[in-house]
Amino acid sequence: MRILTYPEAVREATDQEMSIDPSVIVLGQGVDDPKAILGTTKGLAAKFGPTRVFDTPLSEDAMTGVAIGAALAGLRPIHIHIRMDFMLLAMNQLVNMVAKMRYMFGGSVSVPIVIRSIIGKSWGQGPQHSQSIYPLFMNIPGLKIIAPSTPYDAKGCLINAIRDNDPVIFIEHRLLYYQKSYVPAKPYTTAFGKARILSKGRDITLVGISQMAIECLRASIYLFKETGIRAEVIDPVSLAPLDIDTIARSVKKTGRLIIVDNAWVPCGLGAEIISRLLVESKLKGFVAQRMGFAHTTCPTTPALEKYFYPNAQSIAMKAYQICRPGKKHWRPNTKLKIEEVEFKGPF
Amino acid sequence: MSKISKINLGLTERFYRSLYRIRKVEEEIARIYPTDKIKSPVHLSIGQEAVSVGICEALRLKDKVFGTYRGHAMYLAKGGDLKKMIAELYGKVTGCAKGKGGSMHLIDTNHGIMGASAIVGTMIPVATGYAYALRYRKSNSLVAAFFGDGAVDEGAFHESLNFAALKKLPILFICENNTYAIHSHHLKRHHSDNIFIRARTYGMPSERIGDGDIFKIYRAANKYIAKIRQGKGPAFLECLTCRWKEHVGPNDDFDLGYRSEDEVSCWKKNDPLKEIGLLLSTATRERIESKVQVEIEEAFSFAEKSPFPSKEKIYQDVFAKSL
Repeated sequence: MRILTYPEAVREATDQEMSIDPSVIVLGQGVDDPKAILGTTKGLAAKFGPTRVFDTPLSEDAMTGVAIGAALAGLRPIHIHIRMDFMLLAMNQLVNMVAKMRYMFGGSVSVPIVIRSIIGKSWGQGPQHSQSIYPLFMNIPGLKIIAPSTPYDAKGCLINAIRDNDPVIFIEHRLLYYQKSYVPAKPYTTAFGKARILSKGRDITLVGISQMAIECLRASIYLFKETGIRAEVIDPVSLAPLDIDTIARSVKKTGRLIIVDNAWVPCGLGAEIISRLLVESKLKGFVAQRMGFAHTTCPTTPALEKYFYPNAQSIAMKAYQICRPGKKHWRPNTKLKIEEVEFKGPF
Repeated sequence: MSKISKINLGLTERFYRSLYRIRKVEEEIARIYPTDKIKSPVHLSIGQEAVSVGICEALRLKDKVFGTYRGHAMYLAKGGDLKKMIAELYGKVTGCAKGKGGSMHLIDTNHGIMGASAIVGTMIPVATGYAYALRYRKSNSLVAAFFGDGAVDEGAFHESLNFAALKKLPILFICENNTYAIHSHHLKRHHSDNIFIRARTYGMPSERIGDGDIFKIYRAANKYIAKIRQGKGPAFLECLTCRWKEHVGPNDDFDLGYRSEDEVSCWKKNDPLKEIGLLLSTATRERIESKVQVEIEEAFSFAEKSPFPSKEKIYQDVFAKSL
């Protein structure tokens, strides 16, 4: 079993697709610098040359347009933002243009671009380096939105995104960069619209988005070790299209659900998933809770930041309340580091 | 139009045909518009035709153009399918965007017309990216990006010029400066009247053609296009021009008081359509005009007879394959 870290998996997917397909190019601020987007573009500029891997001016809006134009001409650009916050500078091209182009031109054009972005957290990332704006994009037709939590899915989804003929927003998380998992050496694709069950359980369903999938996995270990509660942990992987059926099957079995969003709660995945379970899956009689970022600006000081994010402990406590209503307060004693909890498969 | 004698007659005929065709199409749209058969706001090109014709006559079929919501002239001048254009304005399924784009989003990839946007300045970076791909593929084609003086206010304009110059991309930027962004005079929006000079500071040759002379526009386009094809990087043309009609819709707008009738009448006096027409014999002119009239009648009749898209088309083309 070959084990890779998340950034190694992202790098390998990019390298392999660039080797197979000369139309794949990489652009973004710092893609060819010594830090190489946290290692994810390391060596690519040397291997593929400066016309295929190039640094850009700090012009997020125009560079998104450049990627779109290159895609119209048949290239497959990967445009990288080292923080997701920077995508807000490109909303015009993303929302007014790329999401709509196939449609507003009557199907006469294809825009196969991938936008990679990394969500920051901790070390004082603060108000403008920690945002996670995928709920904004989920409201827009014409975009595919992918947020894998495992290195295995990161590679498969990125290759699938590069080969996809539509715009794909590929969301990574800085803390997921510690994750390691089995990653096959050969190129493979992970189809969009299929959720991954990270842990089987019958008592409660925990749906975690991006890094919150790993927090849910940690919470499930605390719950089982200390209370015997078996949580089923689901990583949707693909946010648009969203695999509601896998979540519905789980909730039908457990009758209990917490959605832990990696974003602010209003109009987020929690609202979306609960609504669709009610309206589309016609589920009744289940208990549901939503968790996510505190609805305030992300504070820089760790003294306040620790109250901003859900974590394994707060998720486990909420799950316990739902599974054991009326029982006395429980707080897990187990503490596992982020890098200690990984999904090992089977994939 | 003093230097006309040096230009061959074939070119003059092509100019006249193209200018006349655009003018008559726009006039027919204006005539039909009050009937509400056209289901799309129209930003007519009347008065601005010479810029599109002068540039597009200098381009090859394989060259690409990117335009704006005031894009009828560019679409027609580059050879866009007239029937599909009118059907698009009528919202019919036979339109160039199957009725989903309308007047502001004309496209005809078979003729190198890569689309137009209703958001000012948004196509400039897209055109620039297309030029990047052409250079990457070592193509001999180039891109012409059309935009108005309003686009110069947008960040994307400056970001794109910088990148195009930095990478020496095969792109010709054409600023159709008609002085107004809707009703706002450009000197209410810009410190100085120097759009073409600003382009130079990004690192590309640039000039202004101030009188709308189609021959000057054509010559300048040819000069820069030759350089662009040699790999010398982008160039910039600022063409002063005049929108005769209101910003959107088929009428005059002098009643609004934001500009005087005199501002427009001096452009009307030097109307290139009239001046080019005078260079041709009556017989030649009539031959061209009658052909164009037939083509226009056929196009409107095609649009009238075409069906609207059926209900299930609403979700088609959101993605390559429906999810």
